[in-house]
Amino acid sequence: MTDGTNVIIIGAGHNGLTCAAYLAKAGRHVTVLEAANRVGGAATTREFAPDFRVSACAHLLYLMNSDIRRELGLDAKGLSLARQNLKTVALAADGNHLLIAGDRIDGEDVTDEDRQALREYRRFMKRFARIIGRLHDRVPPRIASGERSDLIGLGRLALDVRLLGRDDMREFLRIAGINIFDVLQENFSSDRLKGALALDAVLGTHLGPRSNNSVFTALHRMSGNAGETGGEVSLVKGGMGALSDALARAAIDAGAEIRTGTAVRRIVMDFDRVCGVELESGEVIEADTVASSADPKTTFLGLLGAANLEAGFAHRIQHLRARGNAAKLHLALSELPEFSGLDTGLLGERLVIAPDLNYVEHAFNHAKYGEFSAEPVMEITLPSLHDSSLAPQGQHVLSAVVQYAPAELKQGWPEGKAAFTETVMSVLERYAPDIRSKAVVAELLTPADLESEFRMAGGHWHHGELSLDQFLMLRPVPGAAQYRAPVDGLFLCGAGSHPGGGVMGSAGRNAAHVILGKS
Amino acid sequence: MKKHDAIVIGAGHNGITNAAYLAKAGLDVLLVEKNPWIGGASVSRELHEGWIYSNCSYVCSLLRPEVYRSLELAKYGLQVVPYGGSVTMSQNGDILGSYVDEDVSRREIARHSERDADAVVRYHRDIMRQCRFIRQFLLRTAPDPTSFRPSDIREMIYLGKEFAKLGEDVIYDLMRFYTMSISDYLDEYFEHPLIKAAYAGSGIIGSALGVMSPGTAYVLLHHAMGEVDGNIGAWGFARGGMGAIAKAMNACFEDHGGTTLCGSGVDRIIVKNGKTSGVALENGDEHHADVVVSNMTFPRTFLECMDEKDLEPDFLKKVRNFKIRGSSGKLNIALDGLPQFTALKDNPDMMVADMHLIDSIERLERAYDDWKNGTWSQDPYIDMLIPSLTDPTMAPPGKHFMSVFVQYVPPKVHGEEWTDAQRDAFGQTVINQIEKYAPGFKDLILHAEIRTPRELENEVGLTEGNIFQGELTMDQLLFNRPIPGYAQYRGPVKGLYMCGSSNHPGGGVMAAPGANAAREILSDLKRPNTVPEGWLDD
Repeated sequence: MTDGTNVIIIGAGHNGLTCAAYLAKAGRHVTVLEAANRVGGAATTREFAPDFRVSACAHLLYLMNSDIRRELGLDAKGLSLARQNLKTVALAADGNHLLIAGDRIDGEDVTDEDRQALREYRRFMKRFARIIGRLHDRVPPRIASGERSDLIGLGRLALDVRLLGRDDMREFLRIAGINIFDVLQENFSSDRLKGALALDAVLGTHLGPRSNNSVFTALHRMSGNAGETGGEVSLVKGGMGALSDALARAAIDAGAEIRTGTAVRRIVMDFDRVCGVELESGEVIEADTVASSADPKTTFLGLLGAANLEAGFAHRIQHLRARGNAAKLHLALSELPEFSGLDTGLLGERLVIAPDLNYVEHAFNHAKYGEFSAEPVMEITLPSLHDSSLAPQGQHVLSAVVQYAPAELKQGWPEGKAAFTETVMSVLERYAPDIRSKAVVAELLTPADLESEFRMAGGHWHHGELSLDQFLMLRPVPGAAQYRAPVDGLFLCGAGSHPGGGVMGSAGRNAAHVILGKS
Repeated sequence: MKKHDAIVIGAGHNGITNAAYLAKAGLDVLLVEKNPWIGGASVSRELHEGWIYSNCSYVCSLLRPEVYRSLELAKYGLQVVPYGGSVTMSQNGDILGSYVDEDVSRREIARHSERDADAVVRYHRDIMRQCRFIRQFLLRTAPDPTSFRPSDIREMIYLGKEFAKLGEDVIYDLMRFYTMSISDYLDEYFEHPLIKAAYAGSGIIGSALGVMSPGTAYVLLHHAMGEVDGNIGAWGFARGGMGAIAKAMNACFEDHGGTTLCGSGVDRIIVKNGKTSGVALENGDEHHADVVVSNMTFPRTFLECMDEKDLEPDFLKKVRNFKIRGSSGKLNIALDGLPQFTALKDNPDMMVADMHLIDSIERLERAYDDWKNGTWSQDPYIDMLIPSLTDPTMAPPGKHFMSVFVQYVPPKVHGEEWTDAQRDAFGQTVINQIEKYAPGFKDLILHAEIRTPRELENEVGLTEGNIFQGELTMDQLLFNRPIPGYAQYRGPVKGLYMCGSSNHPGGGVMAAPGANAAREILSDLKRPNTVPEGWLDD
């Protein structure tokens, strides 16, 4: 029945579920269709070895929109954090590690200049991140559309920049478009500090520290909760899947129906508007509104079909850049590993392998040519130290984001996977010599695995490169940047839309508001 | 001692342009130059008997037609001779020619890819659209977005209006254009590697970025500017070498009563109670004027020619952070005869064109990786011209002059100063590269001048050998160039102005910074403006 209120949402990832929950709360009749047999998409917890569980893709929470947490009452639905504000340990092979906590830094041979510089760096980066953060919960304004609402949107942005005051505004306009390499060189002397800060800028992107746009990606990472989070990272109890379960519960309690193991074959058109979807099973479900949290390429070229799109728009979607570059390493450990020179008390923090700027840049060089890094950079956590539910008593799991591992590997991932796993382990060994002996099971998810497992084009966790030319009114592409597809009745509610992925939920929430006509 | 109205430091094309406009307004202007010759990087020199080298800049493409006309450069002897298209040579002996006749060019592209032959029409339309938009801001002073001065607000509004005129779609393309890498941008149009490589080249000339670095699309635009509507500055040779441009400008300057003083550099800019009062030359002479205009690079002006105590520490910090890393080298070669390029054996006439040795995006990017690692490219991108085929005054009959521009070459080698041995090794790398494409090339060499960023800095004064007097990245463009708050040609000291390419709209033999600075100076002095504003429709 189509009584003008029923909505189909494609994909039960965190954005799809968020969108579903808001629509259901508003009284819409919502059906969520998920291809996998579980909800969560890339925000999920997986048992990769008997009794060893880990967040399968995203493993740290740093952008989660706390309005969503409050409005959907996620804490009541079972969301809780195992640990907040993890510190960052910049690992050094010689054991001379740095401990970075917010704008404080500890470690031998750290100069007072660097301590001072870090405080100042964090100060202006947080201010700038706030400008980007404030955009997260707004529908991107169109430029020169003549619409009043768009003019207001642009005006607010201009005002936010204006309110920085002359000096900060000048600095913002100067660095917003350039690379983190030059900015860090201007401010710091410590190599390990620069390396660690550069890692935050390039994690999950197809950028090196020297690539322009990397200041922007650094700001985006700090922009959670209108910039208040400032990039602080937290661990979800029970792994990222627990967050998705809480969202699913919120959606179901609000009246939404979630059908897992139900893959959509195509979006069905009735002449010039969307009228429902056809499932792989052949079953057709009617709906006046279809919102897709699948990535834009899958949505438009896969499910809708280029034939139903205007040529220019299809062309833009085809050239949407979504080159996944991050692999995920999971280790089941028989006991706690030892990192040379690292106090066991710090093992539970966020350990990063990015000793200096050139190391990170060289790691990226390989990705440009479709090779994996000979010496990858890593973001490592041992979540079981904060959450005993993830591993058997006394044993542990290690979860690491590993870069760079380009989606289009020249030799192909089936061939490359083993070699890369070996590379990753030997780099890890440099810092934790006994890691191999304690690793009972090792699992590496390459971008190819992430693509097939989570159905993300290019295995890109943002559903499309996050850069200035694919942000705000340009995300995913002009013509679909306001969550409305150029086809009546079709909406986007996934990470491919503004403000991007990173377990934030804002895309789903904004899309819901647009569908409900609130924005 | 006699006091002038204004002293301009540096007789490069921007310095002379600036001086000429001031002189046209009736000011008594002194132009001082450290070298015994004028021209800066726009120069012709006889470094081998009978040969004239354009030994720095080598083609005339960006020179603003408004300047060309208002300074009557034709009357003062400048002749720009257009040359025929360009050709890109692939390692496998294939070529991609680009001709004056667009249809011929399209057929040539179709030979490689039908699809790209269609795409190239869209490509040129889109590029030209971007150029036309920017073009109108070249001869305007960039507004300060943080200021509330009426002039700035008026200019912001003008900018906004012109921007809005483009229409929604073009604006989105423009926004993407400024933030994309040339490689991603070309991927949206073309499929054939040789075609992509051929177009990508101009996205990195003189820049410290790789074709895969976001932001390179703009650099391409900067070079495409000259081609807009085939205007007067469209790719050509200045008859007699690039020095002819400086000569004509200087003739105009002196014709309006200006004096050019060569042979002694500026030791320091004299500042008395917060105001500039003149310059002290290295030969001990002092010259006085209330207005001092520097055509030197931004860092050179403030770090080498001024007393630290006359400047704010914060300002000095920003000067030190100014990005001006050199990335190019050059070989100027006297040839005993014409080289024979394997790829051109069927149509040797193409040697009159701008010749490029490159055939893939990956090779271009790997050349950049070498630069990042602090050494010159082992497989460099080469842009060659044989001006003597078009302009016989450059070399004796039957002999030839070849200009070889090379990307990438670092300002320092692994952080150390260049040694002569390294310079020669770099030269060999380049000559070997050309030999690969033109067997027997080596035997034709009578004399070769090898220029790394070091030579460029020592001779011309371009800091770190950056040919644009500062990198063309978003943090150093428009109101950010050279640094925020000083983008309107006025220095931090009263009476001090800047007119070099370190200022908006940047490098290339464009003469726009010099002209814009003159306009600002004249308005400060309440003199009638002699400088064209905006752009003439050519």
